[in-house]
Amino acid sequence: MTRKRQRLYFLLLGMSALGIAVTLVLMALKQDVIYFYSPSQLTEFKVPANKRIRIGGLVEVGSVAKEGAITRFRVVDKQSGIDVAFTGLLPDLFREGQGVVAEGKLGADGGFAAAEVLAKHDENYKPKEVADALKKSGEWQREEGPAR
Amino acid sequence: MIAELGHFALILALAVALVQATLPMVGAARNQRQWMAVAGPASAAQFLFIAVAFAALTHAYVTSDFSVLNVAQNSHTDKPMLYKVAGVWGNHEGSLLLWITILALFGLAVSVLGRNLPPGLKARALGVQAMISVGFLLFILLTSNPFARLDPAPFNGSGLNPLLQDPGLAFHPPLLYLGYVGFSMAYSFAIAALIEGRVDPAWARWVRPWTLAAWIFLSAGIVLGSWWAYYELGWGGWWYWDPVENASFMPWLAGTALLHSAAVVEKRDALKSWTILLAIVAFGFSLLGTFLVRSGVLTSVHAFATDPARGAFILLLLVVSIGGSFSLYAARAPWLKMGGMFAPVSREGALLFNNVLMATGAGTVLLGTLYPLFADALSLGKVSVGPPFFNSVFLPLMVPMVVAMGIGPMLAWKRGDLAGALLRLKLSMLLALAAAAATWMLQGGSAGPWWAAGGMGLAVWLALGTLAEWAERVRLFRAPLAGLPHRIAVLPRSAWGMTLTHFGLAVFIAGMTASSAWKSESVQTQKIGETVTVAGYAFTLTDAHEVAGPNYSALEGTFTVAKDGRPFAVMRPEKRAYRQPPRPTTEAAIHGTVLGDVYAVIGDADGKGGYVTRLYFNPLVPWMWAGAAMMVLGGLVSLSDRRHRIGAPQRARAKA
Repeated sequence: MTRKRQRLYFLLLGMSALGIAVTLVLMALKQDVIYFYSPSQLTEFKVPANKRIRIGGLVEVGSVAKEGAITRFRVVDKQSGIDVAFTGLLPDLFREGQGVVAEGKLGADGGFAAAEVLAKHDENYKPKEVADALKKSGEWQREEGPAR
Repeated sequence: MIAELGHFALILALAVALVQATLPMVGAARNQRQWMAVAGPASAAQFLFIAVAFAALTHAYVTSDFSVLNVAQNSHTDKPMLYKVAGVWGNHEGSLLLWITILALFGLAVSVLGRNLPPGLKARALGVQAMISVGFLLFILLTSNPFARLDPAPFNGSGLNPLLQDPGLAFHPPLLYLGYVGFSMAYSFAIAALIEGRVDPAWARWVRPWTLAAWIFLSAGIVLGSWWAYYELGWGGWWYWDPVENASFMPWLAGTALLHSAAVVEKRDALKSWTILLAIVAFGFSLLGTFLVRSGVLTSVHAFATDPARGAFILLLLVVSIGGSFSLYAARAPWLKMGGMFAPVSREGALLFNNVLMATGAGTVLLGTLYPLFADALSLGKVSVGPPFFNSVFLPLMVPMVVAMGIGPMLAWKRGDLAGALLRLKLSMLLALAAAAATWMLQGGSAGPWWAAGGMGLAVWLALGTLAEWAERVRLFRAPLAGLPHRIAVLPRSAWGMTLTHFGLAVFIAGMTASSAWKSESVQTQKIGETVTVAGYAFTLTDAHEVAGPNYSALEGTFTVAKDGRPFAVMRPEKRAYRQPPRPTTEAAIHGTVLGDVYAVIGDADGKGGYVTRLYFNPLVPWMWAGAAMMVLGGLVSLSDRRHRIGAPQRARAKA
């Protein structure tokens, strides 16, 4: 066992770990990364149904309807909107007029079946994607809440 | 008045830290004893001043002094005392003050416990600690002053986020910070060693207990946070691969790797420059974690409303400290003499193998966590990287690691005998395969996920491998049974620590696999008297009414749960509405058994006499908590080993 040999082993070990990791990452980035769309982007791009995506915008005031454990609501930005159906308990901070992010799939009928509605700790806080998307579509009026 | 004293004390602490960051370093370079000796009293003075500041803020919280902006924004007279105190670190400014208090405490510990450290190393390590201190004190004083006044003072405060009003969360941040900041010790010693250009087993003996202590705190902090998420968020999950969870997990991975490679430096004088690199990386991840939480660049459940100036400042700190240390490393690492040689198949080889896997794992977590930032910056679209990514990248990397964890401890240092080790592990191997097969049969083949069998097999493999190694150490079947109690009694505590920790991980893996694979969940509206059955447990909603708490009112549901027709438990989940700030929270009711948790959540009334309820059976979840507790306990047992005892680095080895 010479030092050169030992260094070679180190190198081989490092390279193979790196190689495996890169392969796994590249495979995962193809399938497992979830893209975010605002309602107006959804009308603009053709998003395949049955691909897991995230959508975000404001919960339209007056759109929330509950049928048993299913909640239906509409997520909107300035230009467009999409109907969302969600089965389950909504996060504690879910409210009409507030920003929301939902994860799920587009249905054949053009509606969105949410598997998850994301909760946030802080009511002054707006998910960054939502804030950016709203700014883009001109919906952004309210200043971010008081600095804490 | 007291708040101003606190502010002033922080400024004094900054002045002291500046002295401590320079004089001892210069003294060590010129070999002037007196200059080096400044570090000791300076670290004591620094701790004193920061402790005064911390006490001042705590006083403001306890007495509800709403003329202090921070208290007015985060406290309320209605709050129970525990949360008044916990409120000190339940906000941005206060949590940074806690961070720096812990840093100063560690600095004090080095100067008091490190009497027999070589003076140059001690002076330099304390100097590096003080540099970190300077950075964070400046950050607090310039961007996040916790003592800012509010005039006129309001009659009452706006209250603490109700999600944080929980005993679990009261202790989660301090533990996490003890872990994060604890890695600064390894970092400071690593930088000091790089400046000196010397790393030897004595250095590793010094760094190991500190790293171990940090690891224990960090592990406990992470588990506490995960446990909190499990019972407080009411989603029945315990880990979401959320950016902030990742931010605490990355230093844990790097720290775990560091712990093991420091052992190689101590025992065999090898892997030195790798260990130094890990020490830098572990603390770098801790800083990055602070940055991710505090800057709000990533969407996460922990998102605090944030201020871009703060993010920029921490980013600057991060760039200077990590960039600086990597440059120093690049310049100095080639000087470090390569130590003991070892064959690829050896204890060192196995440790290195797992080190590389853990580091790679931490790298993939880093990539997944930051990828949304890159994608956004490169206009690849808004993406989120969630559990599917981490599950398909991180978990496969951990499989060979767990396999090697069973074999590694069986190998000898320097040159091991792989065939021999495998031969001694053949029973474990057979039983692991049997466990995997049994799992497959029990879940009905492909009715359950395919990886469940693998996970259970790995858990059994690791548990039995760990026990086999322990049996070998005490020569359970090889020597006369009469001497066994003695052999068990003289087993060093560090060996017990390893056995406990590795066994705990096995128990954790079993719990993690089962709870992810076979969770049962049911969401519906239930009327009073209605029964829903989940995984054989019949939940009858018998009552729902309003109850009052100290600063909230709650809807409390009562479930009578029956199993096989016999009464099993009465569970009372709540949906609370806090008054200040007005915000609802969910309090799940959990009834734990050895086989799993029965878990119930109640939601809003539907106006027609029904309530939305969410009922779960989460199999083997208590195993995860038990496994994690064993790991922390193992760390503590190992820390109590004579050889690791802080302050006793020069002493001869304990009788082994």
